[in-house]
Amino acid sequence: MPTKVEGWKSEAYGNEVREHILEFAEEGWDAIPEDEHDAWFERFKWWGLYHQRKGQESYFMMRIGTPNGVLEPGQLEVVADVADEYASGPVDNPEFGGAVCDWTTRQSIQLHWIKLEDIPDIWEELEAVGLSTQQACGDSWRNIVGCPVAGKDTEEFIDAWPVAEELNERFKGNEEYSNLPRKWKVSVTGCSEGCGQGDINDLAFEPAVKEIDGEEVKGFNVRVGGGLARKEPRFARSIDVFCTPDEVGDVAGACSALFREHGDREDRFNARIKFLVDEWGTEKFRRVLQEDFVDFELRSAGEDLRDEYTYNAGDGEHGDHVGVHEQPDGNYYVGLGVLVGRMGADDTRELARLADEYGSGEVRITQRQNLIVTDVDSDRLDAFLDEPLLEDYSPDPHPFMRGSIACTGTEYCSLSIVETKNRQVRYARWLKENVEVPAGVEDFHIHLSGCTASCAQPQIADISLRGMKTRKDGEPVEAFDIGLGGGLGENPQFADWVEMRVAADEVPGYIENLLAVYEQRRRDGESFREFIARHDEDDLNGLAEPEETSYEDPYMHNTKMTWYPYADEDDMSASPAPTNGQGDPLPSDD
Amino acid sequence: MVTSVHQLDDGAWVSVNDSREVNVSDLWQLARSDFCGCERADFLAEGFVEVSAAAGRVEARIAGRCIVCGEEGVTDWLELGRADPEAGEFRSVVPESVHVPDRRRRLATPE
Repeated sequence: MPTKVEGWKSEAYGNEVREHILEFAEEGWDAIPEDEHDAWFERFKWWGLYHQRKGQESYFMMRIGTPNGVLEPGQLEVVADVADEYASGPVDNPEFGGAVCDWTTRQSIQLHWIKLEDIPDIWEELEAVGLSTQQACGDSWRNIVGCPVAGKDTEEFIDAWPVAEELNERFKGNEEYSNLPRKWKVSVTGCSEGCGQGDINDLAFEPAVKEIDGEEVKGFNVRVGGGLARKEPRFARSIDVFCTPDEVGDVAGACSALFREHGDREDRFNARIKFLVDEWGTEKFRRVLQEDFVDFELRSAGEDLRDEYTYNAGDGEHGDHVGVHEQPDGNYYVGLGVLVGRMGADDTRELARLADEYGSGEVRITQRQNLIVTDVDSDRLDAFLDEPLLEDYSPDPHPFMRGSIACTGTEYCSLSIVETKNRQVRYARWLKENVEVPAGVEDFHIHLSGCTASCAQPQIADISLRGMKTRKDGEPVEAFDIGLGGGLGENPQFADWVEMRVAADEVPGYIENLLAVYEQRRRDGESFREFIARHDEDDLNGLAEPEETSYEDPYMHNTKMTWYPYADEDDMSASPAPTNGQGDPLPSDD
Repeated sequence: MVTSVHQLDDGAWVSVNDSREVNVSDLWQLARSDFCGCERADFLAEGFVEVSAAAGRVEARIAGRCIVCGEEGVTDWLELGRADPEAGEFRSVVPESVHVPDRRRRLATPE
């Protein structure tokens, strides 16, 4: 029997939901019938609106999808303006202040504290410059990811940016694919380094070459069924298909149509394509795709470039896109470290101004929550690097600041078990001040995810932190499971979970002790990932000890029980929500 | 009135009559359960897998882990609270008090 969510979707979903949102926004929060809240909030996701967690009723997270992370000239300034005007909550965040922009691991943008009544104006401002929240969440084609410097990369095998643009154009708003059994995450990459992270997407197009009619043709091999969520991580698997750039759209459409028809609509926990690939195997997947979903002969896979992949491969060669890099046209792109991917609206506006002044105005979002300013003229590069803003968002950050990623966490998210972004900021600062970086390490990936949904992609980090609970002196406290040795590259590897239920205030001490062990015992030239891989599970358990240090953690209590973890009066009963369009509390029925 | 229950957002919370009532991240004390070998499991709720309501009694099977022994899995049916059959108002149980999961099963609706 189809799930309730499927029932709601069958009544209204996709493009048509926009008109309903506009009507509700016109009339205000109370216009949404109380007994239809769950159904409507499920549908709102399709338009990039996620109802915030308990205690924050009537406020929404708004996600803006930016294909391949590309913000065209003029767009970032509008994002800053929208955040400034509409994305402030009742209480400021102590680390980041009021209105902020979050750059996500899928190259999108998230704003918080959005009020229903403001959505029409926000859409108008965003859409006027070509930005959209359409399908940013929900059961459909999500934001398409890829190498963030597509088209501007000296290591590029084939420029995948036009392909990503075409897919975005074709599948956003397309009624045929607007109601899938579950989310559908696509990666398209043309560089030879593996920056698109195709391995952890539902559908991945990766660079390859194939001889066709006696000529070497550049194109893409196809993989399906990757993903990290729910303690069921999978790498995408090859289905032995090559397509030319012109064929990508048809093959992508066929794969998503197969998912639409055969994905599990009776159990959302089993709905992602990775489970169908588990069940069918890749040979059956390919056969059904060929027989029922394409009207041309699929080619067999071409020769891929996976043995050249260096991105997040653990050897330090290409851990991210931070730093100053020359483009093929002689200009430069400058990758800036944005700690945990969060930037205040004022800083965002200033960066937009700098991108306009020194570059083409284009800015790109990476899958490591960082930003890239492209097209900086070589004559003006030094002046750009001297700008004061780059002291906070550095092209050469400390390794612990550079490698830290965190998801949204209990600040806003229903699913998270623990506080994340502010804690990760404190971890990074403490590590920077107190822990010696092992020789030769330039970036060190620590990914902190609040729960098993894995939005911070913890399984592909040097050190993986996943939200947990434990007891300390009998009292429940926030904690983490700790994994080690994950990463991508030619031989991708998920982290091994080696230390469980470590109290949050003992994690920095654990990392300090672990890195000391690594420094002492590593072989010549051995990377951290190689060091971890050399040890078996028994050795890794207890390799280092968790320990209290001078690190202080203000979020040890159950932050999920608060209406907002940083409010002076944080008890759920102190919440002002739900509020009206002016942010004033609405009268309660009680 | 019929009590409407469902889990939403990947099992993050349970809605009772379109009101968000029970969240993940609480610790539940489980006694006489088969979940793990602990005399009393200290169970972290990480996701609601199945929910049901009969005569106002709201129950769920919850995915999570005992933070004493580390055992992972899904519980048998646990009472989350009761919804007033007339007014629909929900009264939650206290997770920190001791609960006994119920293996018997009547008809339930998978989410």
